[in-house]
Amino acid sequence: MIKDNASEVLKVQGLTATVDNREILCGIDLSVRAGEVHAIMGPNGSGKSTFAKVLVGHPAYEVTGGMVRFDDADLLELSPEDRARRGVFLGFQYPVEVPGVTNGGFLRLAYNTVQSARGKEELDPLEFDDFIREKMELLEMDPGFLERSLNAGFSGGEKKRNEILQMALLEPRLSILDETDSGLDIDALRIVANGVNQLHTSEDAIVLVTHYQRLLNYIEPDYVHVMENGRIIKTGDKGLALQLEDRGYDWVAQEYRERAA
Amino acid sequence: MSAVIQNLVNQPYKHGFHTDIESDIVPKGLNEDVVRVISAKKREPDWLLEFRLKAFRHWQTMIEPEWPNVKYPKIDFQDISYYSAPRPKATKKSMDEVDPELLRTFEKLGVPMHERAALAGVAVDVVFDSVSVTTTYKEKLAEVGIIFCSFSEAVRDHPELVKQYLGSVVPHTDNFYAALNSAVFSDGSFCYIPKGVKCPMDLSTYFRINTQDTGQFERTLIIAEEGGQVSYLEGCTAPQFDTNQLHAAVVELIALDNAEIKYSTVQNWYAGDEEGKGGIYNFVTKRGLCKGFNSKISWTQVETGSAITWKYPSCVLLGDNSVGEFYSVALTNHHQQADTGTKMVHVGKNTRSRIISKGISAGLSNNSYRGLVKIGARADGARNYSQCDSMLIGDLCGAHTFPYLQVANKTATVEHEASTSKIGEEQLFYFSSRGIETEEAVSMIINGFVRDVFIHLPMEFAVEATKLLGLKLEGSVG
Repeated sequence: MIKDNASEVLKVQGLTATVDNREILCGIDLSVRAGEVHAIMGPNGSGKSTFAKVLVGHPAYEVTGGMVRFDDADLLELSPEDRARRGVFLGFQYPVEVPGVTNGGFLRLAYNTVQSARGKEELDPLEFDDFIREKMELLEMDPGFLERSLNAGFSGGEKKRNEILQMALLEPRLSILDETDSGLDIDALRIVANGVNQLHTSEDAIVLVTHYQRLLNYIEPDYVHVMENGRIIKTGDKGLALQLEDRGYDWVAQEYRERAA
Repeated sequence: MSAVIQNLVNQPYKHGFHTDIESDIVPKGLNEDVVRVISAKKREPDWLLEFRLKAFRHWQTMIEPEWPNVKYPKIDFQDISYYSAPRPKATKKSMDEVDPELLRTFEKLGVPMHERAALAGVAVDVVFDSVSVTTTYKEKLAEVGIIFCSFSEAVRDHPELVKQYLGSVVPHTDNFYAALNSAVFSDGSFCYIPKGVKCPMDLSTYFRINTQDTGQFERTLIIAEEGGQVSYLEGCTAPQFDTNQLHAAVVELIALDNAEIKYSTVQNWYAGDEEGKGGIYNFVTKRGLCKGFNSKISWTQVETGSAITWKYPSCVLLGDNSVGEFYSVALTNHHQQADTGTKMVHVGKNTRSRIISKGISAGLSNNSYRGLVKIGARADGARNYSQCDSMLIGDLCGAHTFPYLQVANKTATVEHEASTSKIGEEQLFYFSSRGIETEEAVSMIINGFVRDVFIHLPMEFAVEATKLLGLKLEGSVG
């Protein structure tokens, strides 16, 4: 939902970043306000996932220029932990498996860590159990998930649901969902998208990184951005996503080159 | 967690780490006369002197084992003093005299108050009424006929039991270090559980007063008569320092029909500094004999200390239907080396054994699991399950697994599973991205890794051991 007087949650200007001295982000500009849903689309290797990871402070990437403001903070100055505590959330494309650590234990630690940093109440194991079960119902997850090792042996769809469950727990101000639709069958996609829609309010913002327009049938974006070679080369409304579905990415790139020339 | 504690854990505890040349020390070197002097000073009976001499003569024919996957400069056995009179440590009058940093370490580890005092060298009766606590325990044990005392006391008061069982599980010819121990052992613990008695409490070496300074060649003997049951705890989580570099203990357990012995160790000897200088060599022989029908011996160990660990708590499953268990967590950091594991020797019918070993390597350390499962020809229906998991932290450490299987009975079932994992950057980043600090993440991953072993530790021991692992791994990641 676009509101004229909504506060700006995220402001990115001229962001550049490298991995192994190779430039992956070549000057990104983006402004996201409270209540909005942005979709970032683009072909493989265009830098979408890198952008998502740089925003949460992944150590493999080095920011070489530009600035990122998150609410009133200089995001790039914050540690990944601090970003999470202040409300930046990444739903991973490939959530890592951690054998031996129970999912329930991990979720409670994450929840309590973030709650305590925000000066809110922590929950003991029994209270947390009630609390999490309620959230799991939203995503039609079996409580048995809590006993399993974190992401270990989860199917692709189970991993993605578990990511959105964490989004539900941590109540982020800015959610970045990286290819959340990949690996989901049509029923799971509907459930996950439904969950995201229910969590979204006028107080938070969502950035969807996605390959396909399929997800956008369920989570309606206010803005659609097309990335190529580490830049956002076109921005439009949800109609743009449908056009991309129809015509592919090449024409956007061509248009961009002509404009630049 | 602060660098102060890190330093404390890894550096000599200044109050306990000095050598006073006492008048009552036998000169360096080892020969028959030295063995005789040790025995005479301890006023031992002739049969025990004979035991020592036989062991010494055999030891002279043996060579130091070189097969373990550890490296260290050759030990000069003639450069060691083999006897110093056990004299009381200088005691402090109150906890106020104790180094506050040491107290903070205890705090972090959650060491119970009464133990803190004892560990810090405070005269316990000054601070707490612990002597009477100890007395109460002793009385309670005596009521049910349990003998729990120092080895020397046992030789004096119960010679027939010591004579019957000493060397019956680990003969003086067993191995180089066991032979050495048999010749020169200083003192240790003795425990006897009479027929049908279930020990009413966990026996901890802490409650065994007068024998705190057991020296470098410790000897432990535990006997559980028919239907007897005991849970025995050795060691503690607080860092332990000793001027003696070489430690070669022998532990013998004997379980008769339907008896059960559970032996838990948390070992945190000084491991040397971050460059690998100093540190204790811990060359231990621990073995349990399931002598009776349906008997059970269970070893649980958490090894976090020593520069070098060479240790294979084992079970000989002689009685039919007897059960042997080995649960182990071995953690190495910096330059530590550990070659540890177990031996399960199945002799009787329908004997069962279970091995769960978890090795954690960090820094530049090397951690080896070495385990033998031997099924004898008469061990019909014997079963073994072994699981050896290794976890690596960082790129410069090593984990090795050396399983040996010898099966001479075709009705036996032997299973072995092994895995190696690594705490990866992606795992740690996943935790960070949820607001969780790296140290907490590592501790959570490690705790998950060792859970299968820690559930076998007595509750309060497990809590301390969990904190200990965190402390030992501080600063090794990220």
